[in-house]
Amino acid sequence: MLSFPFGLSLSKAPSLRWGGASIGLLRTALSGLFLLLLLALASTAWAQDFPKFDDKGVVDAANLLDPAQEQALSQTLIAQKQASGRSLVVATIADLQGYDIADYGYRLGRAWGIGDKDSNGALLIIAPNDRKVRIEVGYGLEGILTDALSSQIIRNAITPRFKAGDMPGGIVAGVEQITALLALPPEEAKARAAAAETEARAADRGGSAILGLWPILFIILFIAMRLMSRGTGGGGGKRYRRGGSSMPIILWGPGAGGSSWGSGGGSSWGGGGFGGGGGGFSGGGSFGGGGASGDW
Amino acid sequence: MTRLRRFSTFLLPLFGAFALSACGINSVPTAEEEAKAKWADVQAQYQRRSNLVGNLVETVKAAGKQEQDTLVQVTEARAKATSVQVNAEDLSDPAKVAQFQAAQAQLSQGLGRLLASVEAYPDLKSNENFLQFQSQLEGTENRIAVAIRDYNGAVQAYNTRIRTFPDAIGAKIIHGAKPMTPFQATTPGAEEAPKVDFGN
Repeated sequence: MLSFPFGLSLSKAPSLRWGGASIGLLRTALSGLFLLLLLALASTAWAQDFPKFDDKGVVDAANLLDPAQEQALSQTLIAQKQASGRSLVVATIADLQGYDIADYGYRLGRAWGIGDKDSNGALLIIAPNDRKVRIEVGYGLEGILTDALSSQIIRNAITPRFKAGDMPGGIVAGVEQITALLALPPEEAKARAAAAETEARAADRGGSAILGLWPILFIILFIAMRLMSRGTGGGGGKRYRRGGSSMPIILWGPGAGGSSWGSGGGSSWGGGGFGGGGGGFSGGGSFGGGGASGDW
Repeated sequence: MTRLRRFSTFLLPLFGAFALSACGINSVPTAEEEAKAKWADVQAQYQRRSNLVGNLVETVKAAGKQEQDTLVQVTEARAKATSVQVNAEDLSDPAKVAQFQAAQAQLSQGLGRLLASVEAYPDLKSNENFLQFQSQLEGTENRIAVAIRDYNGAVQAYNTRIRTFPDAIGAKIIHGAKPMTPFQATTPGAEEAPKVDFGN
């Protein structure tokens, strides 16, 4: 709100040769900027209806596992993550809230941000009440955990056990098979290629929009100072022209940094890693609907 | 006066930068490029489906099924869908986007008929090749759905941005921005894959 006193004092300076209209524009633009900032901050409070992810690798919202099984599975998944560098997370969901499991799955993956910036994360989602199971694959793993392989794992390892009522057995068998695929070293190159392809999509825009702008502003400031101090030597008209000639620099300065205000809304703020405590599963990975679903 | 000059020296450029960045000089192209990138994803996923259709036709043919009419229809629809491309500059032209949608919808329908006709052949339904193809097609349809949703989200963000204050100033004066066309199914559910239940 500091903009208003500054704006007013500017309008009292005739020697600056700024038209009244441009001052008005400046002021409205400034207040607009503050509004944008507020909006950007507000959108972090984006409503979510997903279970909470606590970085243990297992979220058993539907209570299919007893504590010992959950503990064991969590250890398996953390070991897998440390060995392969790729994240596999198991989620049991009591209520899909009317979504198709594929639809729910990629939103869940994005909300939790499973995988790192290369989106090398996958989820095994089990919805016992809807009798649906899905392997949701992040962009970076689509070349390794292909749709066909995911479907095979579901058909051959998971659903036969689910049909027999052995939920924990099906989950463990599925995790085993997915882990085996994720551990494959020859696929590394393929994964890299896939990651490079999706780099643009998974590009991290985490919180740098504002920080990145400051150095650029300082550079502009220095350029403008030099131009203006040279300009004061000559007449008023010359100074005006100098002022005008510095405009393109101001114009293109922020653009060179590639950052812009309010570019990504809420997501650009949430991109940073919150993967402190447990296995570090969550690092801003993104999902695009890869994987396969099944039912039993 | 000197204070004012100093003030102007230090803060005018700062204000200028703020003012310009607030009126959409950067955010409008950013939003536009975002939407274009999402469109590229949509097209890539449709292309992926188109590539899969070739495999499906081969699989069905190899199984010796007499579904010539359906196969020809699918092949033709595929050729047509592949020939209709919308490049990023045409996204503000609703007619071109609609044409693309219609071509893809036709392929979706053809695929639906083909998959439905396969229902009559139990040996094909349990064919591992076919199951694999089916899972790939499902995955691709999912990806298409996600890509379309992402694209529509980006278009909505862009269209809102160029029509609301303060970005509308920059959008109109500097960029001459035109609204983009969201992707909508021409007939309800046309972009959805037909659900095929093989009872597994």
